[in-house]
Amino acid sequence: MSTYPDNLKYAATHEWVRLEGDGTATVGISNHAQDALGDIVFVELPEVGATIHAKDEVAVVESVKAASDVYSPISGEIIATNATLADAPETVNAVPYDGGWFYKIQISDELELDELMDADAYSDHCEEG
Amino acid sequence: MSQQTSLYQKHLDSGAKMVDFAGWDMPINYGSQIEEHNLVRNQAGIFDVSHMTVVDVSGDGAEAFLRYLLANDIAKLDEVGRALYSGMLNETGGVVDDLIVYRMSFGYRVVVNCATRDKDLAWIRTHAADFDVSIEEQPQLSILAVHGPEAIDKVSSILTSDRAARSKELKNFRGFESGSWFIARTGYTGEKGLELILPSEEAPETWDKLLAVGVKPVGLGARDTLRLEAGMNLYGHDMDETTSPIAANMKQTIAWQPEDREFIGRQAVTAHLAENEACTMPILTGLVLEQRGVLREGQKVLCENGEGVITSGSFSPTLKHSIALARIPVDSGACQVDIRGTLTSVRIVKPNFVRFGKKVFE
Repeated sequence: MSTYPDNLKYAATHEWVRLEGDGTATVGISNHAQDALGDIVFVELPEVGATIHAKDEVAVVESVKAASDVYSPISGEIIATNATLADAPETVNAVPYDGGWFYKIQISDELELDELMDADAYSDHCEEG
Repeated sequence: MSQQTSLYQKHLDSGAKMVDFAGWDMPINYGSQIEEHNLVRNQAGIFDVSHMTVVDVSGDGAEAFLRYLLANDIAKLDEVGRALYSGMLNETGGVVDDLIVYRMSFGYRVVVNCATRDKDLAWIRTHAADFDVSIEEQPQLSILAVHGPEAIDKVSSILTSDRAARSKELKNFRGFESGSWFIARTGYTGEKGLELILPSEEAPETWDKLLAVGVKPVGLGARDTLRLEAGMNLYGHDMDETTSPIAANMKQTIAWQPEDREFIGRQAVTAHLAENEACTMPILTGLVLEQRGVLREGQKVLCENGEGVITSGSFSPTLKHSIALARIPVDSGACQVDIRGTLTSVRIVKPNFVRFGKKVFE
């Protein structure tokens, strides 16, 4: 697994966004974020149908170590959430960019994507601490 | 510059994530804290706890000194090798530290917490001035703790035949000296196991031998969830210098008899005991949250007859829900915990959640 896949965009608060090419996107938390949190034991996801704004607190991740807010990198309507995480939250630790996704969103403002980082910039961001 | 134990390189070799712990570079985990926790409950895991402070007390006045210094009574240690858990109190009945003391051939060996090392040594030396004792820290020693249902067999398999036979025969809270080693049936996990106190230069080789027979390294993260499940206090969290041992589930560790034994803090904790009996002093108890969410240190506990606070809380990997220790008013009926702004009902249970891999509360 690549630590910073090239096909994703990243927020400074360690969420990733994958554009699906049909006006929707998938959102999760980065490998750096899951590693810093340690073993994840609960994930609280938003309601399907909810309208959210970029930088809203949209989910909560509880690990053995701490509770942490997840901020939506982009605005839009939640169209799906990852039901797997209710029973197997450790999926986020194992495959944060794949089976560990959090939610899918209908994008309402494509311009917000320009504010996100590419893999190189995000890698630098993580290494700066 | 942080300090490193004799096993620092071994931790890196095992893929440890290292963190600062009271000035020491220590492994928090080697990948997954939950997997390490479960290993100790089901098989055997090894902890490097060499950051803890070993202090040897010897001299003609050693027994009298420790009977004065500690709230528990080391006169109970009627044979060499026996161990005792005790609080070391101040004059106001607060807990300076909690510790284990072993009776040794030369006197006594005391193991205190790492984060409290400096103040403990100063406290011990100050009070030792009136006694004929020698107080010697033993920084050249390392401590390996191996715990889990397979731990004693695994450790015995790498020891000399004499040490192996003696280790297998040990009863709980007993140990024996063998050359420069001390091996004891003590620990901080609620599982069977051994603690090996040995010269630091022998620690890396011993670590390698234990890994070679299938014992897996376990970090301080899992050590914390293991001790919490076992209902064991963590100094600086569940009690400190401002907390009475009576309000920290340590009443049973105070030796009230004989009545003429003077120990530091006796007068204060005697008054605390009266408050406890009058139900005016809070107690340290267990909380259980069987739905989703995690109880954390510092969260407020709202009870029918007052307010309390969580002193240690986490997710229990064995029980698969959250547990906590909390200091709350006596006879609290229904309680709710403020978890990030949401009031959540919790159950009050005895502060002992898991022993030998099994749930123990109702």
